[in-house]
Amino acid sequence: MGTAAHRSIWWLASPLAAVLLLFFAVPLVLIGVVSFWSYTGYSITPAFELRNYAGIFDGCRVGGAGPCVVLSTYLSTLFFCVVVWAITLVLGFCIAYFLVFEVRSSRMRIGLGILCTIPFWTSNVIRMISWIPLLGRNGMVNLALMQLHLINHPLEWLLYSRFAVAVAMVHINTVFMIVPLINSMARISPSLIEAARDAGASWWQTLRNIIIPLCRGGIAIGSIFVITVVMGDYITVGLMGGEQIASVGKTIQTQIDALQFPIAAASAVLLLAFVMLMILALIRIVDIREEL
Amino acid sequence: MRQKRSRSFYFMGLIFVAYVLFLYGPTLTILLLSFQGPTGGLTLPLQGLSLHWYHDLMLGHGLPNIRIALWNSARLGILVSVLTMVISVMAGLAFRRKFRGASLLLYAAIASLILPSIIVSLGIALEFSLANKLVMGGGDVLASRFGDGHGNFLANGIGMAGNWIEDHFQTLMGLFTSGLGAHLTWTLPFGLLIMFAVFNRFNPSYEEAARDLGATSWQTFRFVVLPLIAPAVIGVALLGFTLSWDEIARSSQAVGSANTLPLLLEGLTTTVTTPVIYALGTLTTLLSLAVIGLALTAFAMGQRRVRGAGKKA
Repeated sequence: MGTAAHRSIWWLASPLAAVLLLFFAVPLVLIGVVSFWSYTGYSITPAFELRNYAGIFDGCRVGGAGPCVVLSTYLSTLFFCVVVWAITLVLGFCIAYFLVFEVRSSRMRIGLGILCTIPFWTSNVIRMISWIPLLGRNGMVNLALMQLHLINHPLEWLLYSRFAVAVAMVHINTVFMIVPLINSMARISPSLIEAARDAGASWWQTLRNIIIPLCRGGIAIGSIFVITVVMGDYITVGLMGGEQIASVGKTIQTQIDALQFPIAAASAVLLLAFVMLMILALIRIVDIREEL
Repeated sequence: MRQKRSRSFYFMGLIFVAYVLFLYGPTLTILLLSFQGPTGGLTLPLQGLSLHWYHDLMLGHGLPNIRIALWNSARLGILVSVLTMVISVMAGLAFRRKFRGASLLLYAAIASLILPSIIVSLGIALEFSLANKLVMGGGDVLASRFGDGHGNFLANGIGMAGNWIEDHFQTLMGLFTSGLGAHLTWTLPFGLLIMFAVFNRFNPSYEEAARDLGATSWQTFRFVVLPLIAPAVIGVALLGFTLSWDEIARSSQAVGSANTLPLLLEGLTTTVTTPVIYALGTLTTLLSLAVIGLALTAFAMGQRRVRGAGKKA
């Protein structure tokens, strides 16, 4: 390829590169740099010190005084991560399975698949607000349970609670599992499954020994999406948790609001490291198995 | 002849139906409640049916700053949509060939999509607040060195610029600077992935034919490639709009003092106690749905067009 042709390709790619450089790469580098800076009440100054990181782990020394806030925050966020990941994985798997293997007409499959993905393109905030009439104190769920005489007083933990946060997260994020899983399953050759059936494999054996292993890639990609979204979430936890529940993202948001940029940056570096480790672990699981 | 359905069909089908109800149920509930009678509240039962809350919404009752938020979201959305379309198509064309840095660029786009929004948002806020400091510091330096009015024409001009910065400069952060950038980090990866899908199915022999007939690369693009991909390109623009229209996680720390519709809605959840918020939510969702519907139509048309062209060839 000539240099002229090469130059024209560069020209085509440059707007994307410029946007990603200016609004993604440079900001990430700045987060790393500023996490070592020092700050006083209202100003930040260049420095190289570990005070911000030390501040995050304040109270975490073994036998030290005070609560280890960062640990409890991460545990609180990880709780959502595990619960939401497990539910979206099972739910997403069943839905993808139904669409790919049970729905026979391809037009129907595309239509139902689109039905599952449309809400993704609408507002998350409105989708969260939509839970208020259902889960609120006088909401439909409480009314129904009282009508059925299953409870005497409205349940208070339905809204603005960990439960509500988990429901909204599943509601919003299952699509991230469905799409990659459909993608993986659609690539499985039907003759492979037929062969397994012919060889006497039960439905469960086919699922366990053929379909699930061939969906590893989709599972990994879906898991990466769900885990990163939940780990960094602050909107859902804030709105559905009634601003009362701690999460890693919410901590960073509070620090930004207080203009404590260096400490927010250090928290962000920690979150980034945590998320990257999880992503690497997921990618590795996939690769290792593919080599076997 | 129809085969008998297996037990797994009914089991998985039941889960599917339950999921769809779970997915759409809440939205349909607020759609219903937006028609709540004037005396009704945020929850069922309905106290009659009315357009009362839509009327309130039109008048802006109980929703301060709604107009400016709508206007901000609309104009930002349109700009993001156009930029997403142009940049994605250009990058999509570039990625059809190999170039140095291609995989780095692709990884950056994917990382931009999956890294937590709070981190992207913080980074942009940080970048702009440092840039503000730089501008203000620069203004001070210019004003103190050239602002005494004793230099030549150029020096005085620079000094006046310095004084102006000292007196008037507030922030570089805003809807169309940091806010726009934050939205593009979210919309561009989607645009790029869609363009990948479009070009994967694209038959390069049309372009070869055009080139053989002596068309320049611009002519080939303008008269052969673009007409074929046009519907998909419009689809990218529409999806870019709805992604921006509903975006909150990346904007929230990065738009500065401006309010967008999702940010306003988030704030309203704690203050508004009437169904007017459902009316606003319903209208916003309807706009998103209309845009998605148009985008899907565009993609379907695009596929038919490429397939049709294939048949003729």
